[in-house]
Amino acid sequence: MSTTAKAAAGTADYLDQRTGVGKAVKEFARKVFPDHWSFLLGEIALYSFVVLLISGVFLTMFFVPSMALIEYHGQPASMDGVLMSEAFASTLHTSFEVRGGLLMRQIHHWAALLFMAAIVTHMMRVFFTGAFRKPREVNWIVGIVLMILGLAAGFSGYSLPDDVLSGNGLRITDGVVKSIPLIGSYMSYFIFGGEFPGEDIIPRLFTVHILLVPALILALIALHLFFVVLHKHTQYPGGGRTDKNVVGFPLFPVYVAKAGGFFFVVFGILALMGGTMSINNVWNYGPYDPSPVGAGAQPDWYMLFLEGSLRLMPGQTEYVIGGYTLSLNVLIPAVVIPGLLFTFLIVYPFLEAAVTKDKREHHVLDRPRNVPVRTGLGVAFLTAFIILALAGSNDLIATHFSMSLNAITWVFRILFFAGPVFAFWITKRICLGLQRKDRELVLHGHETGRIVRFAHGEYIEVHRPLDEQERWLRVNYDAHRPLEIEPAQDARGVRRKGYKKDRRMQRLSRFFYEDRVEPVTPAELAAAHSHGEHDTLAGAPEHQEIGSGAPVGGGRTIVSPETGPDEQNR
Amino acid sequence: MKALAARRHHRFAPVVLLLLALLVTGGVYAALAPSPASADTASTADIETGQKLFQANCATCHGPAAEGSTTAPSLIGVGAASVDFQVSTGRMPMQMEGPQAIEKPRQFDEEQTAQLAAYVASLGAGPAIPTDEQVDPALGDSANGGALFRTNCAMCHNAVGAGGALSEGKFAPALWEVTPRNIYQAMQTGPQSMPVFNDATITPEEKRDIITYLVEQREGSAGGLSLGSLGPVSEGLWVWVVGLGLLIGAAVWIGAKSS
Repeated sequence: MSTTAKAAAGTADYLDQRTGVGKAVKEFARKVFPDHWSFLLGEIALYSFVVLLISGVFLTMFFVPSMALIEYHGQPASMDGVLMSEAFASTLHTSFEVRGGLLMRQIHHWAALLFMAAIVTHMMRVFFTGAFRKPREVNWIVGIVLMILGLAAGFSGYSLPDDVLSGNGLRITDGVVKSIPLIGSYMSYFIFGGEFPGEDIIPRLFTVHILLVPALILALIALHLFFVVLHKHTQYPGGGRTDKNVVGFPLFPVYVAKAGGFFFVVFGILALMGGTMSINNVWNYGPYDPSPVGAGAQPDWYMLFLEGSLRLMPGQTEYVIGGYTLSLNVLIPAVVIPGLLFTFLIVYPFLEAAVTKDKREHHVLDRPRNVPVRTGLGVAFLTAFIILALAGSNDLIATHFSMSLNAITWVFRILFFAGPVFAFWITKRICLGLQRKDRELVLHGHETGRIVRFAHGEYIEVHRPLDEQERWLRVNYDAHRPLEIEPAQDARGVRRKGYKKDRRMQRLSRFFYEDRVEPVTPAELAAAHSHGEHDTLAGAPEHQEIGSGAPVGGGRTIVSPETGPDEQNR
Repeated sequence: MKALAARRHHRFAPVVLLLLALLVTGGVYAALAPSPASADTASTADIETGQKLFQANCATCHGPAAEGSTTAPSLIGVGAASVDFQVSTGRMPMQMEGPQAIEKPRQFDEEQTAQLAAYVASLGAGPAIPTDEQVDPALGDSANGGALFRTNCAMCHNAVGAGGALSEGKFAPALWEVTPRNIYQAMQTGPQSMPVFNDATITPEEKRDIITYLVEQREGSAGGLSLGSLGPVSEGLWVWVVGLGLLIGAAVWIGAKSS
């Protein structure tokens, strides 16, 4: 045994005897994880958060969270001698005087944008594969709270440099808060410590940004990961994968290497972006002053849907009732619409479970096509979100595609209502079509393109049957049916309590599962095969030589000879 | 005086006298001659050529005497600066009707533009073409220019002059490639949707400060590629395309060994 190995073993033994850590390491090292690229999306979010913490600690060393005014002297020339807050001045100082300061600022901001992008992509994966089903509903909620905290972190950090652009964002926030009936103006005074902008908001946002929100995010990430370990990871459907097992590799050494390596890939790409692509050049916008607004004033991308929602709302919906103003033109787009979007996300897992009457645990994921209404609703949601985000960029669309700003706004107003409906309809149709295609494949096999002519002149295409793995993937899913409910009156003609509620649920359930494609049953498969065999045998006995072995296939097709396992394993 | 008297029969005396006489005549003429209306160096010939160019290229819309019509404004009193701006950026003569006149390759060369400007300037007093010194970016103060730009210009032209949208297909153009002279003239004359920033609103020195600020923005960003200086929307687009794009590529690569 070498000296190093001896030292390592000694240390490990020392620790194990005192903490019992060996048991935990053994347990974790052997924990099995399934392998798929889409399971790494959440890791991208986790690693960008780590990068945010590292770069954020650096930035707090130089940032001064104060709105006291000073005259700045230094780089860049366009800011020399300008009156500004200490927060803005320290941001300029970090960018131009501190070694590596600008790089750190840019890495931090890119990591923030990537953090949110990875969270949203991860959520899409979880939603479309049905990973939120029992027992993971609670973890879905934890994820949504994490996303909202991510928005809070992004928003509070974006406002810290006290530049014109973020100040405009704060002004909008102030307006949104004030639009809340009755308590709005009190809330605004409470948040800003008086009339906007006051001198309190930057120090307050600083505390929120570097203490409160990161602590909550960290705690919830721990909970999120604890649930992943507790529930075990979900896996994509396939031969041998059931709700009772996990097929994959052990954490050590495969995943430790893969996940550890991936952290450096994420950090590397963020450093590359921070080093080569400028982001949030606050000196372009200048120190905050309530009077100027620059053209193209927009929030970071994850808040863009709110900006778009505000831009689309017609301004006429402001009413004055008995001397009090009710600003529905702000309240609806900035409070009600995002409220509805988030409510949909929170409620959906429970709604689906209710209309499915599904109490089982699920560890094998759905293929999105096999739950057409869920997939359709998800795409409809994304469509609404993307249309709002595009509406938030309407001025840039107008200048870059030489279109009229007014026309774009009207198109988006209509699309906001029509787009999701159309997206739902077309997605559901595509899913059902793909399911029918799967049925067709299972029953008749792959087309090979080989056309055979018989002696009596008939042409026939040779089909190759699916192998076991391919067939399993296509037949092993639940095609849920609409709920069956008990009749309105019992046997003695007495009206049943709760019938109306059941009826409503049934109607909803019909919306989900009325249109469906049932998976091929073993009986159907057998029938299809015997039909093909019967066909071939009865038609012409000499076909036997082409379909050597057991000829199987449906309708007017026959099947090519079974190929070796190597060739089938595609 | 003796020395002078002694040399009055010198053979170069007539030449010296002639030179002196010419100098005096020229000096007196320069002092007393009436200065031309506003076209500083334009000759009558220039104005005449300019008028011919105007008749051939502009009169269809602006009227034979530049008095304007239902489709185009009167040009009496707009000054040489306005003509120089519109013609040297190719906006005039207009190619087609639209929300606003579009910048395109100029149709008239330097000399013809000057002649057209001289003609229009001769119709009535208006802002003259600024001198090179008035628009020299090296002489301005970019910090003051930036402050003025943020308060007066950024709401349409974007904080660093990357351009922005206006209503009904109109737009405030990007200022990356506009010459300092044209920037000055635009502020002075307020072309199309742009308001006029006359010398009482923004003094000539302040205009020069703004030019200094804008020219400085062309040097690029300290942080790397500027991404069009369009703000968070282009940053968001790039984080999805480059950031998440590369990382999903890496994730597929890392997850590829399975199944």
